[in-house]
Amino acid sequence: MNHGLTLKIGPATFRIGSAWRQPVDALARLYADYPPPADAIADFTVRLEPAGPFRRWVRPSIFITGDHGLADAAPMSLGHGLLAAEMGMNLQMALGWRRHLLLHASSVEKDGRALVMTGESGSGKSTLAAQLGERGWRLMGDEFALLDLETGAILPFPRLVSLKNRAIDVLAAEAPPERMGPMLAGTAKGDIRHLVPRRDAIGRMGEGAQPAMLLFPRFGHEADVRSVGQGEVFMRLTQASTNYVALGEPGFAALSGFVRNVPARAIDFPSGEEAIALVERLWEELA
Amino acid sequence: MSARLLARALRDPGGVTALDAAGWNALVAMARAERLIGTLALRIGDRPVPPAVRAILADARLDADREARQALWEADRAAEALAGLDVPVVLLKGTAYAAAGLRAGQGRFIGDLDILVPRDAMDRVEQALIGAGWEWVKDDPYDDAYYRQWMHELPPMIHAARDRMIDVHHTVLPLTARPTPDAAAMIAQAVSITNELSILSAEDRVCHAAAHLLADGDLAGGLRNLWDIYCLLDGVDEAALEARAARHGLLPHVRQARRMAMALYGEGARLTFWDRIVMARLLARDGWGRERRKLLRFAFYLRSHWLRMPPAMLARHLFTKWRKGHRPA
Repeated sequence: MNHGLTLKIGPATFRIGSAWRQPVDALARLYADYPPPADAIADFTVRLEPAGPFRRWVRPSIFITGDHGLADAAPMSLGHGLLAAEMGMNLQMALGWRRHLLLHASSVEKDGRALVMTGESGSGKSTLAAQLGERGWRLMGDEFALLDLETGAILPFPRLVSLKNRAIDVLAAEAPPERMGPMLAGTAKGDIRHLVPRRDAIGRMGEGAQPAMLLFPRFGHEADVRSVGQGEVFMRLTQASTNYVALGEPGFAALSGFVRNVPARAIDFPSGEEAIALVERLWEELA
Repeated sequence: MSARLLARALRDPGGVTALDAAGWNALVAMARAERLIGTLALRIGDRPVPPAVRAILADARLDADREARQALWEADRAAEALAGLDVPVVLLKGTAYAAAGLRAGQGRFIGDLDILVPRDAMDRVEQALIGAGWEWVKDDPYDDAYYRQWMHELPPMIHAARDRMIDVHHTVLPLTARPTPDAAAMIAQAVSITNELSILSAEDRVCHAAAHLLADGDLAGGLRNLWDIYCLLDGVDEAALEARAARHGLLPHVRQARRMAMALYGEGARLTFWDRIVMARLLARDGWGRERRKLLRFAFYLRSHWLRMPPAMLARHLFTKWRKGHRPA
C-alpha cells in the first residue's frame, strides 16, 4: 500500500496500510512515544482502502478492512482517517485475538491491582478510566481488557483513548494539549478526540495486574451502588467478550475464575467527580 | 507480488525459515485472506520460525481445531435430525475431510455444513431439518424459486440456536451447468464413516472438488480448493479416477485440476494457455492480502454466470438481480 506504519500496543502488533498519507501521519504523531515493535512482524494487517474505484481522489472515502473485516462496514471520510485506523485495529482485536480473553472493558491499575469497568457504549467507562488515569491510577486501556488465561491477570491494551462528545472537554481540562489528538467532528458517534495515555502507562504496557474489583458503571443517574450476583456477572462478561466462544474451555475456566475471585458492583453516578469519589471509596472497601 | 509466495510455502514449508519480516507479513496476510492460515500452520509445524510467527501459527491451529470440532458437531446434529428418514447422508467438502481424518482436512477452514442426499428425498430432508431447528436464510421469493428450480442445492438454511449454515445438495453442479455428474452413482459408491454418515469415494471426492473449482463459481477461494485437490489426489489410482471423471462428464476438469495442483503444490506439470489464465486468477493476491487484477477477477465472475446459465436465462437473471439493487463486488 502507498503508506504504512507498524505499531505495537500491549501484546499486539499492527501493520497499518493506507491509500492516503494523512491517517498514517496522524497515527505516527500520536503514537510517537510508543516503543517500536521488536521485529516488525505484525499480528494483524489493517488496510484503509478507497471505498470505490475513484474514491481515492474524488470525495475520498475510506473502507476499513484487513486480515479481518466486515463486508458491510460503513465507509468513512478521509477527515476521519485517524478514527478509521483506530477502528481498523479494534476490528482486528475483536475478531482475531486469541491469546487472552478479550473483554470490552476499560481498566486502570493501582498498587499492582487492577480495576475493570465494563458497560455499553455511553456508560462512562472510558471517560472514567481516562480521568482516573490522570489522577494517580495507571491507565491500562479504555476499550479492551485482556484476561490472561493462565495467570488470571489483566493485561494492558493502552491504545489512544477515544473521547466522545462531552468527555472531550472533561479530559481537555485535565490533560496537556500535546497529548490530545485533532478534533474529529460529526463522526457516526458524534465528536471524537483522542487522548494519548500518560508516558508511564505507555512505558508499562507489557505489565499486567491481578484484577481486584469489577464495576458496571452507568452515567447519568442518581448515585447508587448495587451488588451483582455471580451468575449475572458471568453472563454480562460473556456478552462483553468478543472471543469467549472462540477460546472454548480455557476461556470458560478463566472467566469463571475471574467471576469467583473479583468483587463486582453496579454503580450509577450523575457526574464524573461523584463517580471518582465513589470508585475510590469502593476501592478502599472491597479491593 | 502474488500469492505464489503462499503456494511455495505450502509446497515446501522448509523454505519459510529464510523469510524476513516483510516476507512473513505478506505470507500471513495472504494465507489469512485465502483461508489457508490453519493449513499453513500445520505444514510449517515445529520448524524454527520467529517468536511472533510462532504465536500467530499457534492461534491459527487453535482456530482450526475449533473449526473441526464445530463442523463435526454440526454433522452429528444433522445426522440426528435425519436419522429417522432412512436416507443416505453424504458429507461433502471440509466436514467430510475432517470427519474422515483426511489430509485435506488438516487445518482447513470449514464454513458451512454441506451434505448430499438423493433428489427424491429432498422434501423429507427439508422438513426434518426445519423440524430440528434450521430455518431459511433468504427471504427473497426470487432467490428461493431460483434455487429450487435451477440449483443443485436447497436455498441455504441456518440453525436458529447454533447459527451455523447447512447446504443440502442433491447433485454437485447446478442443473443449468453443461456437465451433468451422476449424483446417484456418487451416493451409491459413498463410503460409510459412521452408522448414519458417509463420504464420497476417493475418486468422486476429486471429481467433486474439481467440478466445484473449475465448472462452477468464480474461483474465489480457489487456492484453498486446489490445495484440497492436491491432497485428495494423493493415493488415488489414476486410471480409476479418469474412468470415474469420464462417467461424470468431468474429465477435462479433473485433468486440468490435476495439472494445476501439481504445478502449484507438487512436482510440477506442463500447463496449457488456459491453465495459465486460471492460475493468474488464483494467484491474484498481494502482500497486504488485497485482491489484485480486478479485470481478470471480473472476467471470471462473468464466466461463473456463463457456466451456470444459457444466455437468455443469464440476461433475465442479471436484469432481475440488478433491479433488486445487486452489484458485483
